[in-house]
Amino acid sequence: MSDATTHPGSTVVKASSYGWFHRNRIKLAPWLFLAPALIFFAIYVVIPIFQSIWISFYEWNGLDNADGSSSAVWVGLRHYFDLLDDDRFYTSLKNNVLWLVLFMLAVPIGLGIALFLNQTVTGIRIYKSLFFFPFVISQVVVGLIFSWFYNPNFGIVGQVWEFFGAVPPAILADEDLVTYGIIFAGLWPQIAYCMILYLTGLNNVAPDQIEAGRLDGAKGWKMLWYVVLPQLWPATFLAIVVTVIGALRSFDMIAIMTQGGPYGSSNVLSYYMYETALSEYGYRYGYGSAIAVVLFAIMMIFISFFLWKMWRDERGS
Amino acid sequence: MKSLLKTTFTGAVALAMMTSASFASELIITYDDLNPGPKAAFEAAVEKFKGENPDINVTVNNNDREAHKTAIRNFLTADAPDVTTWYAGNRMRPFVDAGLFADVSDVWEAEGFSKTLASTKPSMTVDGKQYGVPYTYYQWGVYYRKDIFDKLGLSEPKTWDEFIAASKTINESGVKPFTIGTKFLWPAAGVFDYLNLRQNGYDFHNQLTAGEVKYTDQRVRDTFARWQELLDAGGWVDNHATMDWQEGMSLFINGEAAMYVMGNFAVGSMRDGGLTEEQIDFFQFPVINPDIANAEEAPTDTWHMPTNAKNPENAKKWLAFVAREDVQTEWNEALGQLPINSNSTVGDDKFIQQGFATLNAAAGIAQFYDRDAPAEMAKAGMEGFQEFMVKPERLDAILERLDKVQERVYK
Repeated sequence: MSDATTHPGSTVVKASSYGWFHRNRIKLAPWLFLAPALIFFAIYVVIPIFQSIWISFYEWNGLDNADGSSSAVWVGLRHYFDLLDDDRFYTSLKNNVLWLVLFMLAVPIGLGIALFLNQTVTGIRIYKSLFFFPFVISQVVVGLIFSWFYNPNFGIVGQVWEFFGAVPPAILADEDLVTYGIIFAGLWPQIAYCMILYLTGLNNVAPDQIEAGRLDGAKGWKMLWYVVLPQLWPATFLAIVVTVIGALRSFDMIAIMTQGGPYGSSNVLSYYMYETALSEYGYRYGYGSAIAVVLFAIMMIFISFFLWKMWRDERGS
Repeated sequence: MKSLLKTTFTGAVALAMMTSASFASELIITYDDLNPGPKAAFEAAVEKFKGENPDINVTVNNNDREAHKTAIRNFLTADAPDVTTWYAGNRMRPFVDAGLFADVSDVWEAEGFSKTLASTKPSMTVDGKQYGVPYTYYQWGVYYRKDIFDKLGLSEPKTWDEFIAASKTINESGVKPFTIGTKFLWPAAGVFDYLNLRQNGYDFHNQLTAGEVKYTDQRVRDTFARWQELLDAGGWVDNHATMDWQEGMSLFINGEAAMYVMGNFAVGSMRDGGLTEEQIDFFQFPVINPDIANAEEAPTDTWHMPTNAKNPENAKKWLAFVAREDVQTEWNEALGQLPINSNSTVGDDKFIQQGFATLNAAAGIAQFYDRDAPAEMAKAGMEGFQEFMVKPERLDAILERLDKVQERVYK
């Protein structure tokens, strides 16, 4: 301070008297704005990930002893070895793969519907809203409606089968059909989601490029493949990302439609995890956490790929 | 300085506790049923208790049944009430093992409950000590459509052969012998339990749920062989794996199925569904092996005192109160269920009366497969039962899988 007072000129005095905080405000501002999000992200996402990994090394039923001490017992990697010998785990894993593969159908079908709806006809907005409708209603409702559809006694599927004189299948009671039945129900809102992504994408397709393509004689599939689709790449990327994540976290549909049944044949990892850790017949937090860690590892493969892809695209542009 | 502060503080707390105990003593009760009927029955009992103990200041928390199942896991350690409801058998085991439920053998001793509550004593006992008192239970058995039986000239079957014969007759008339809904698994466990209790007896049921017998044991196979006979005689309605027990009930009400192995709570929905008293009736699950004494299924609801209860004296007064014969008579009359106290009396409902007679004559009371076996075993077992009902040819694979689960669970 004494140094500043010896010099004339008020600006110098002012600047140094503001201190460290003021001098670094440009660098600090983004962190300050990010802080609330970062804190909550850490508390609700990052820390629980490590906690889950930690709990998966313990055998614990979630109860504390009367004196407040934990009743957890260290078992090391035993839960992971148990998983290797668990039929239910393999069923769930297999179903997760089925979900991943078949859920991808939502992307091309969504694109098809978007292309179909991308025209100017009277009332097109109503049609668009109707197609978007399933995404707006709750997954629980979708699951409930489809379980009625599939009901062989009074559901629409049973009616159709009986119309053709066939015995209606009990889709949700048949271990070979049940997963397909649930995925089909799950596709309905997912297609709507992909459709809306493509519809917004189609708004941004440059008309001059279409025009140029047309002058060069492109039409039909060629036009779609070489002119329109490349411009829709951001929408496609996003659609794939949300569909992969949607497939891996499929939970509500299964909980509503079958509870993982019949005899566990429609289980997926996320539901199996819930069942082991938190349901009435579960409370095996350690084992449930081990399943969660496996699911997380699978998700990490996709997440890292997407992040890497985004990073590369951004650097490229 | 610190220690001085600490002693003063503890002293103050002790003083506060003493004064509060001498002036207005407290009792905090946590109950778990918000349905109008049970809630009213509970509140009537609380009023009666208050009348008898005017010096006790009673606080009541009433919670939804499913919410209670989750909440109890927290409040027993964090903020324990003085008494809480729960279930007998293996369901209370984790809390007993963690030391969260207090030993109340002295209440049993003082009130002579070992005699009056004898039927459920084994279900309340861990290592020779009692950890709560029962206040209500209900019978399981076969509910049937009397009008269908009458039309086909059938009477209540008493033996296994009559049971099979009746099933065949019903099946030939175009009606399914049994209805069930196994989406939530447990109804299938009722069937298994009864077949097993009648085939192998009460002790075997306990050995199996305690993990002392393998599922590939010949005696378990015998039980499944009986089940197979029922399946061959027409068995259960199709697609039961997609239905819950109420949806299964609708087929019973429609007359598409004639019998239902169920608990007595099902009578309410039969009546709500429009069936008259002449159309419905109950019989005890028939005898399979005449050398085996009849044991019954009767899931029991119970009261417990948490170890962290702040007013253990009053809590014990409540436990003694709820198991008393007159209290159980009134409470269960209002609930439409059965009192456990053998000196209690029951209302004139025919199902209640049959149930009371059946259970009082029982050689043993099983809680239910999913309450007697540990949760993980119960889940796997019940999935196995469901799978067997749909794909009986897979029996060997199912039993081997259950052995594998058993090995892990009881380690």
